[in-house]
Amino acid sequence: MPRLTQSTGRRLIAGIPTLWLLLLFLIPFLIVFRISLSEVRLAIPPYTPLIAWHHGKPSLELHGSAYSFLFTDSLYVSSYLYSLKVAAVSTLCCLLIGYPMAYAIAHARPATRTVLLMLIVLPFWTSFLLRVYAWIGLLKNNGVINNVLLYLGVIHQPLALLQTDFAVYIGIVYSYLPFMILPLYTNLEKHDPTLLEAAADLGARPLRAFLAITLPQSLAGILAGSLLVFIPAVGEYVIPTLLGRTDQLMIGRVLSDEFFENRDWPVASAVAILALLLLVVPIMLFQRLERRELESGA
Amino acid sequence: MLVLGLVFLYVPIASMIVFSFNNSRLVTVWDAAHSPTLKWYKALIGNEQILGAAWLSIRIALISASAAVVLGTLAGMALARFGPFRGRLLLAGMTTAPIVMPEVITGLSLLLLFVAMGQLIGWPRGVGALTITLAHITFCMAYVTVVVQSRLAGFDESLEEAAMDLGARPLTVFGRITLPLILPAIASGWLLAFTLSWDDLVITQFVAGPGSSTLPMVIFSKVRFGVTPDVNALATIMVLIVATGIAFSTVWMRYRERRRERDLQLAAAANL
Repeated sequence: MPRLTQSTGRRLIAGIPTLWLLLLFLIPFLIVFRISLSEVRLAIPPYTPLIAWHHGKPSLELHGSAYSFLFTDSLYVSSYLYSLKVAAVSTLCCLLIGYPMAYAIAHARPATRTVLLMLIVLPFWTSFLLRVYAWIGLLKNNGVINNVLLYLGVIHQPLALLQTDFAVYIGIVYSYLPFMILPLYTNLEKHDPTLLEAAADLGARPLRAFLAITLPQSLAGILAGSLLVFIPAVGEYVIPTLLGRTDQLMIGRVLSDEFFENRDWPVASAVAILALLLLVVPIMLFQRLERRELESGA
Repeated sequence: MLVLGLVFLYVPIASMIVFSFNNSRLVTVWDAAHSPTLKWYKALIGNEQILGAAWLSIRIALISASAAVVLGTLAGMALARFGPFRGRLLLAGMTTAPIVMPEVITGLSLLLLFVAMGQLIGWPRGVGALTITLAHITFCMAYVTVVVQSRLAGFDESLEEAAMDLGARPLTVFGRITLPLILPAIASGWLLAFTLSWDDLVITQFVAGPGSSTLPMVIFSKVRFGVTPDVNALATIMVLIVATGIAFSTVWMRYRERRRERDLQLAAAANL
């Protein structure tokens, strides 16, 4: 009897969240896929039905027009490429800034370490939207950065900083930096310091020891941090909308505009499906890393 | 590098706080003659639209975080404690994917689901606070799952097994052993979920309807076309609340940690 109740209980514990996520996470993607294969029409809902009736016989209606449209208009291809470029550059910058920071935190004294970690995480708890908004005030033509530089006499004309690629990089690096630092820190903190000492005893210079020991050991952390930045950055909507160029949109904005401005649900869905196809390998890589991390009991 | 990085993280926040006391409408030009002033704070208190949106956001975040904690704890327990079971890979995949999934994609897919459900079974009727809450529960529970699962993975199962061997029923084991173990994870999971829900713009925009504008939506429509000084005041208030909250919880956790250590020492001394 206890066996039985235990197994029913177990089934409920695993079953309820599985059911919820099936309904609200997995099935929605199937619906997006299905709508991406329909055509836009003036009706509620604004797309053709999956099954059409011709003379009393049902027939499956699948259209590829939304996809072929994406490839005929260069706007879409260029915004995919631009999104990938922005995400890649921002991820690299995050890594170059975040790695030394994580390294310094991992090598600080325990008490300082707690404080430093808190300082890294604290901005994350304050509104993401407001932190991006703060950069408008800093980067504007008559913003803080230009005013300071003008005052110091470094420049004589205000620099155009806002609505540039540079502003988007700044915004993404700024917002996602904690996501790079935390996995790197978790990784670096576990390293065995005696290995570095041994390398030093054997006459290795610090740089050589770092390249031969620390860097290879921290690859998993680098990968996890990079994926945590890269994948969401590809679809980023708020940062490029507030800080970015108006002549070159990122894919998240294109999707949102297709849906809200053009009311073209099939094309918006096709944009989403193609973005998912681009991201499916990084997402699966991230899941494998995450699973290993969670199941190692770290 | 570390110091430069921290400066980079905090300068924007500091500038918002400073300019929230600025008299000038030009936001970034300091009007030394009439500043500091509290007029943007006064404007904020009188702004019914912002207050209403904040109240809606709080209610949605409270419900979403609480539901997400229940679902996420169940999922975290199943993943950390049940060993291999059918559907495990599916559940594990569905709890890590939402964390990195670009928000526009999640938002679009959830809205299309709600539309399809509305047509098929007539529920939910239209979009609004209800659909926002359902969407928030879904992406928040993924984070709670990860937090709870990693906490459970840090403890081995011997405590629970010992209780079982002594004849405790599964529910008793959960209430007396597992729950106290994961309580800190549940608490931080709840706070994380609350913050994520309170802060979310992109997914919310997809599944919100007329008359259900959350605070981030109102802020976004204000700042999209430039800087507005009362938003600086709002940001300052939010930073202040978060900073005090974090400071309090840190002090409290240190206090608990110290007390636990003292208890352990007393117990050890008693055994001698």
